[in-house]
Amino acid sequence: MAMEGIFTGIAASMRELLAGAPPWLENLSMGFLYLVGVLAFIFLNALYLIYLERKISAYMQQRIGPNRLGPHGLLQSVADAVKLLGKEDIIPRGADKWVFLIAPILIFIPATMLYAVIPFGKGMIAADLNIGVFYFLAVASTTTIAILMGGWSSNNKYTLLGSMRSVAQMVSYEIPLTFSVLGVVMLAGSLQTSQIVMAQEKVWYVLLQPVAFIIFFIAATAEVNRAPFDLVEGEQELIAGPYTEYTGMRFALFYSSEYANLVSVSALAVTLFLGGWHGPWLPSWLWFVIKLYIMIFIFMWVRWTFPRIRIDHLLSFNWKVLLPLSLANILVTGVGIKIYQLLTLGRW
Amino acid sequence: MAEKNGNLRTEEIQLNMGPQHPSTHGVYRALLTLDGERVVGVENIIGYLHRGIEKLAEDRTYTQFIPYTDRLDYLAGMLNNLGYVQTVEKMMDIEIPERAEYLRVIMAELSRIASHMIMIASMALDVSGWTAWFPPFRERERILDLFEMVCGSRLTLSYMRIGGVANDIPEGFLPNLEKFLNDLPRMIDEVNGLITGNEIFKARCQGVGKLDLDTAIAYGVTGPNLRASGLPFDLRKAKPYGIYDRFEFDVPTLNNGDSYDRFVIRLLEIEQSAKIIRQAISNLPDGPIKAKVPRVIKLPKGEVYHQIEGAKGILGFYLVSDGGTKPYRLHIHSPSFVNLGVLPLISIGETVQDFVVNIASIDIVLGEVDR
Repeated sequence: MAMEGIFTGIAASMRELLAGAPPWLENLSMGFLYLVGVLAFIFLNALYLIYLERKISAYMQQRIGPNRLGPHGLLQSVADAVKLLGKEDIIPRGADKWVFLIAPILIFIPATMLYAVIPFGKGMIAADLNIGVFYFLAVASTTTIAILMGGWSSNNKYTLLGSMRSVAQMVSYEIPLTFSVLGVVMLAGSLQTSQIVMAQEKVWYVLLQPVAFIIFFIAATAEVNRAPFDLVEGEQELIAGPYTEYTGMRFALFYSSEYANLVSVSALAVTLFLGGWHGPWLPSWLWFVIKLYIMIFIFMWVRWTFPRIRIDHLLSFNWKVLLPLSLANILVTGVGIKIYQLLTLGRW
Repeated sequence: MAEKNGNLRTEEIQLNMGPQHPSTHGVYRALLTLDGERVVGVENIIGYLHRGIEKLAEDRTYTQFIPYTDRLDYLAGMLNNLGYVQTVEKMMDIEIPERAEYLRVIMAELSRIASHMIMIASMALDVSGWTAWFPPFRERERILDLFEMVCGSRLTLSYMRIGGVANDIPEGFLPNLEKFLNDLPRMIDEVNGLITGNEIFKARCQGVGKLDLDTAIAYGVTGPNLRASGLPFDLRKAKPYGIYDRFEFDVPTLNNGDSYDRFVIRLLEIEQSAKIIRQAISNLPDGPIKAKVPRVIKLPKGEVYHQIEGAKGILGFYLVSDGGTKPYRLHIHSPSFVNLGVLPLISIGETVQDFVVNIASIDIVLGEVDR
């Protein structure tokens, strides 16, 4: 059980160390510790998800993938990052300079903030807000602002089209995403992510809410702009969408923020539907990571299998199929809860 | 053109697509006028790959010009070779040895398959079906290997000669070819499983870029694009050249004329080409591979036009001779150039994404458009 407490132990010993210090210092340093932990998690993940994505796609396409740098090409992402750091930082002449410069930094703020409410393991949550799910959905949607800023300020028609698509997509898919989560919230009776995980000790919500899970998965794919909903950067039409004019590390920030968002929606899916960190034998955080990577693998699997959907099909699919379906799911869930209460408690 | 839409003022924008763009298939450039995501105007701009091949021909002997034809439709070099040498032979009135004729058919059909594979792969890629890109390219690689066996190069082949072909096939060529033909259905199955039957792909392509038969004929569209619109017109059947009248094959025809049909018809044509190759292998006679041709070729004064069924449509060569060792004038009727003319027409009113699909489905090669 030593493995179980490895991260909570670090936090506890840090607290002990600061036992005599004033409360603001303790809060500050604990916050700093969480931030470091989350950032390390994000960047390690982003770095190796790029590698993983390339390897998975390679095996799906009868290729080998990166295999030159390090054993099995494991250092490829590091080399890419170093290369991007050395690239010239180009700001287009017609660009809105400050907006253009701020956008890639801004996109990382929500990407980092999202991790505050993710329970990585037993007792491993940075901020256990009582409106955790609501917080997550609210912060996640602000990502679009940064994408729009980047696309608008570049003063390029391709970026403009890409960022407009991004807004249209976010406005549409936010709604079924929220509604699909609502089913889980109704079952758990709480918006607190730790409570939702605790409520899944016996049975995972993916079994009780299969429709919600599918809606969540589709809407989340659209939310993080991954294929088949990667219209925002649709390479074949828009070259790189809002990121077309970005170079070097600024481009890399956008690029890795996409992976950070992929991890965060996968983490939310694990938390809400796949029982969070619950699992036998292994330490809770390890279970969480395993489930997380299964989710990420499914996202990648979908990406490398399906072609891209058209923008009008995307929107009509959302408004005509997903939205009614998610509303129906809420209704059925509500009726189901009442019937269950009637059967077990003998009252409404 | 601005218009009032309630209180919102909307404006059309001009989007310059190409010559450097991921999906313009070379250096094609389109000037799009967009109303939001909808295309309201398309202007084809070509000429970025113009090398003046027709003019160069006037300063080259008839034999020297063969390598230039490889650079026309560089995805189907053998077919260009064939079209050109047959044009010259038509004027010379010489007898081509049987074996050479059969070898020409095998190579030409292999080239057609290779070209169609590129179209299938790149159209899959243009709807972002990345994985479906690989089966056609994997098999095409084997065609290129076969070409390498027979003439040493893979893309710019220059295999045909006036009066025959350059080399006889080496040992091991036919078994490899048979193996390739046997593996072809597997590739078609893979493509069908990955992309042809995919619902998203169907939604993206069916009814998109609809080209009705009358318009197609009016614009002079030929080849698979015409057959996808419903006319079973194939020069190999309608006006056989070489020895094509000896082979048993169908001309696949589809009726919708949309991008999806233009995609599917290529798959069907690959099967028919494989059928022709099989027949050619089983009837392949022994004998010489090149007729007796004078070292310096001089054509009689006059003019000739010869056309073959290229991979993209009718490929024609119009040759004028003043009796010397060089063409007085050579004009190349290239199918891609003609087919490209219809692209603005079928794309207007559709989205930018459809426009990309339409470029891919028309299947242009800029080497041939610009010449």
